[in-house]
Amino acid sequence: MADEKRKIRIATCSLAGCFGCHTSMLDIDERLFDLLEMVEFDRTPFTDIKHCGPCDIGIVEGGVSNAENAHVLKEFRENCKVLVAIGSCAITGNVPALRNNIDLWDCFQEVYLYDPGTEGKQIPNDPELPLPFDKVYPIYEVVKVDYFLHGCPPPANAIWKFLTDLIQGRQPETGHELLRYD
Amino acid sequence: MISTITIDGKTVPFTEEQTIMDAALAAGVYIPHLCHNPEFKPHGSCKLCVVEANGRNVTSCTMPASPGMVVVNDTPELNEDRKALVQMLFVEGNHICPACEATGNCQLQAAGYYLHMQSPHFMHFYPPRRVDASHPDIFLDLNRCILCELCVRASRDIDKKSVFGISSRGIDSHLVVNSESGRLGDTSMAVTDKAAHVCPTGAILIKRKGYTVPMGKRLFDQKTLPEFHLEQQKRVEPEDGPDGG
Amino acid sequence: MMQSPDLPDIEQRIALLCERHGCEPRRLLQILIDVQEIYTFIPPQALTAIARHLPLPRVSVEGVAGFYSFLSLEPAGQYRILFSDNVTDRMLGNEELMRQFCNKLWLEPGKVSEDELVSADFTSCTGMCDQGPAALINGWPVTRLNRERIDLIADLILAKSPVASWPPTLFEVNDNIRRTDRLLDESFEPGSAIKAAVTRGAEAIFTELKLSRLRGRGGAGYKTAEKWITCRNSPAPARYIVCNADEGEPGTFKDRVLLNRLADTVFEGMTVGARLLSSAKGFLYLRGEYRYLLEKLEEILARRREAGLLGSNILGEPGFDFDIEIHLGAGAYICGEESGMIESLEGRRGKPRNRPPYPAQHGYLDQPTVVNNVETFACAAMIAVHGGKWFGETGTWESSGSKILSISGDCHWPGIYEYPFGVSVQKILEDCGAQEPYAVQVGGPSGILVSWQEFERSISFEDLPTAGAFTIFQRGRDILEAVRNYAHFFAHESCGFCTPCRVGTQLQKKIVDKIANGHGTASDLEELKHLGHLMRTLSHCGLGHAAPNPVLDMLQKFPGAYEQKLTSLSFEPAFDLDAALATARRITGRDDPSAHLP
Ligand SMILES: Cc1cc2nc3c(=O)[nH]c(=O)nc-3n(C[C@H](O)[C@H](O)[C@H](O)COP(=O)(O)O)c2cc1C
Ligand code: SF4
Ligand code: SF4
Ligand code: SF4
Ligand code: FES
Repeated sequence: MADEKRKIRIATCSLAGCFGCHTSMLDIDERLFDLLEMVEFDRTPFTDIKHCGPCDIGIVEGGVSNAENAHVLKEFRENCKVLVAIGSCAITGNVPALRNNIDLWDCFQEVYLYDPGTEGKQIPNDPELPLPFDKVYPIYEVVKVDYFLHGCPPPANAIWKFLTDLIQGRQPETGHELLRYD
Repeated sequence: MISTITIDGKTVPFTEEQTIMDAALAAGVYIPHLCHNPEFKPHGSCKLCVVEANGRNVTSCTMPASPGMVVVNDTPELNEDRKALVQMLFVEGNHICPACEATGNCQLQAAGYYLHMQSPHFMHFYPPRRVDASHPDIFLDLNRCILCELCVRASRDIDKKSVFGISSRGIDSHLVVNSESGRLGDTSMAVTDKAAHVCPTGAILIKRKGYTVPMGKRLFDQKTLPEFHLEQQKRVEPEDGPDGG
Repeated sequence: MMQSPDLPDIEQRIALLCERHGCEPRRLLQILIDVQEIYTFIPPQALTAIARHLPLPRVSVEGVAGFYSFLSLEPAGQYRILFSDNVTDRMLGNEELMRQFCNKLWLEPGKVSEDELVSADFTSCTGMCDQGPAALINGWPVTRLNRERIDLIADLILAKSPVASWPPTLFEVNDNIRRTDRLLDESFEPGSAIKAAVTRGAEAIFTELKLSRLRGRGGAGYKTAEKWITCRNSPAPARYIVCNADEGEPGTFKDRVLLNRLADTVFEGMTVGARLLSSAKGFLYLRGEYRYLLEKLEEILARRREAGLLGSNILGEPGFDFDIEIHLGAGAYICGEESGMIESLEGRRGKPRNRPPYPAQHGYLDQPTVVNNVETFACAAMIAVHGGKWFGETGTWESSGSKILSISGDCHWPGIYEYPFGVSVQKILEDCGAQEPYAVQVGGPSGILVSWQEFERSISFEDLPTAGAFTIFQRGRDILEAVRNYAHFFAHESCGFCTPCRVGTQLQKKIVDKIANGHGTASDLEELKHLGHLMRTLSHCGLGHAAPNPVLDMLQKFPGAYEQKLTSLSFEPAFDLDAALATARRITGRDDPSAHLP
């Protein structure tokens, strides 16, 4: 990076996740201001930007559960120099992947046909709706991922350390005390 | 005369019948392991404990120590390989740590931490596996079974019940229980059995006990896997030596 | 859990069966094979009843039943057809024949028909590569399958005709001996080797064995004399002789021919071993695929007993007691590994043991045991008769004697060829009429993939060791497809005991599939090397160590086989994204653009 002044541009998104990782990101509290000194945000749930543009770092929460997730993920991969999988869902599929051993047809029936609250009792076929994959996949099985930050969600301290390492050009390391799968 | 081997340059004494693992643990030298537990007959299946002895890769929990053996253990290369084995164990099962009662107490997880596993790396198998809640006090979740056969050994050798066994072959290998119905509730398993308390993962859980210790205050929140394993060794030593079988 | 079918007299039948086997736990696999023959599968009540009679924990019985692929814990049909799936069967179109069969009988591969009449599936190489495509029908080999034969078989099944009354031509198995040398040339007088051992004494025969420099024919090439001496020097109340006729290495079928032609020589070699090692009991571990040879072999054993060549006081020698029991396998390649074999002989899952100790010190029932290949025992018998010098005259210094090869694949005259060790690949290819040979898999998937640039190399322990398989691929054959077949073989045959092999063989299979399907990338090649390293250096037994061989050989020697299949992308998903949407498309009836992914 020739221009010392240029801020690092970051995009984030949540695929099949619960926004818990994003919430944890906000939990770095007042360090957020330090962070904003160093970075600017492209697409994130905190901004209004709809599509990811060229970025230095992309941070993806959540696994890949449907076609839309796959589109967003690919867009991130194409636009971000460095792609980070944050949280257990992005890295293993996690709780959403509990459905991986339930037949998709059974899932649909349960949700749309048997649930007493559903009206009209039919499986929606609106093209606007994202179509689900037969399984929920971790993002590294769909695109190349450069770094992983495990946890459900990763603790704010781990996120802070990870991000500052990355932004300052160090190899991000989460040692024993910060590495968690739960 | 006491015989010795060296492990990573350190001289370690051993007695007849001791394996490399026995000698190492007794001397406070840590060799990573998952299927080994000094209370039981060695098994040799997880392969985390593979070391280089006199230039050859051997399984340290089953390989007898021999005088002058030169053992290489704690190298970046071997630890990388061990990490890959842990990753294999993760992807072949369904390990959803945040939703698992054993989280924080689980040795597979702790092995991942110890070996710096940042992701499972390989493609996930997401195999369909059985859960069995038929027993009043014990919950069996094969999604988390790593086939270490500690429960098999405990039930057969200590409890003398042979409640557990392994069936099928290859990647389909799975734990089975001693009843025609295939349900744990129909076996003679009791919550006081040794076999109920040896699972290194969350595959065998005691009902209604899962959250008595809150997350964040659990075993591996307090200590590392090497610390735990070396203490485990100390607990068995005063009795009948480290062989156990 | 499946609904247990109603089988009224099962209790009594199982009780009788167990009694016939002396209620011996070590006979468990044999009992289960009998149960499968009676019921065409192993009902859950049978497991319970067997457990009670032996007695064994039920889990142990279930564990053994689940291990062997010929045993089925669920109904597999009155007719069960298993298509041999060696690469040679593939090259001869077994997939198309399977499809034809399934279509004709409204079957789905791997699933039993609704009326529980018939099921079809693939099985690992059945050892009929010189007369494929082959299959097993209720355990009986059928060879030279083609469209007409498949139609005929399907009709016979639909007519519910008992397999025993099917046309015998279907079951014809030929020896196809094309070239003979020392072993197959020499005629053998039953009893002559035992006589030599008795009259010349054990020490003299040990000396001849050493002089012969005989090395094991099962692949690893361990010096036979050394193994036998270790066994003899291990003090023990009993010693055992095991003849390894598991012949599971795909592409190997010479032991089948040896047992069909030279069973006397083989049994005699075992008996000589018994004399030298003071053993009273031997086993022939016969792979399930060769079950059709059982009656014939039993007859030969009976004849030998009558002739005083087996049993007590052999050749009138007081105290020279030895007998041979035939133990059937049931579809598990790993049982060819000597310690897995011993586990299986003891009635357990064929899981390889921890070594040391080695079988020669602690083997069957923890007693010193020699396990040798069929051909090794035949050689030992000949050495007892003709002497070590005679034997060592052929071959090379490191590899004395001759080797029997099982030649199949792209050549005019597939079959059995015996050559002195040291023969070049080139010479063999010329003799068997291989046209435009491009590659040879020597020693089966566990062996070495030899490219056309290496055809001057020689069959010998010092260069290309082999248990006998010699599978030829001509120019134009898809090497990647062959390697894929081998990767599937290892994944199917891994016993599952140790992590690197259980998981590694699966991952290897998936990645090779991915490359074959055109989705592979350069990073997948690196991953295959990584997996290869893990399996080679961390696995528990030879299966895991050898499982990456074909893949790594291909990567090194046949870049053309996979390079044009790779995508230029640096990364491709592990799975087909669009295909992963297919289920949801079907359920929702959607086919709009956003229901697809590129
Ligand atoms: C996976 C595996 C399969 C094997 N299969 C066979 C076999 O089918 N036949 C055989 O003779 N040896 C087989 N072996 C080799 C045996 O372990 C053993 O070395 C051999 O039977 C010794 O006999 P030999 O010294 O006469 O060669 C196999 C080894 C491995 C690791
Ligand atoms: S068993 Fe261990 S690794 Fe598996 S989900 Fe539970 S805590 Fe995680
Ligand atoms: S249930 Fe637990 S103790 Fe038993 S084999 Fe599985 S992981 Fe090991
Ligand atoms: S290497 Fe494979 S076949 Fe051998 S013990 Fe391990 S899993 Fe079983
Ligand atoms: S600890 Fe030695 S193989 Fe598992």
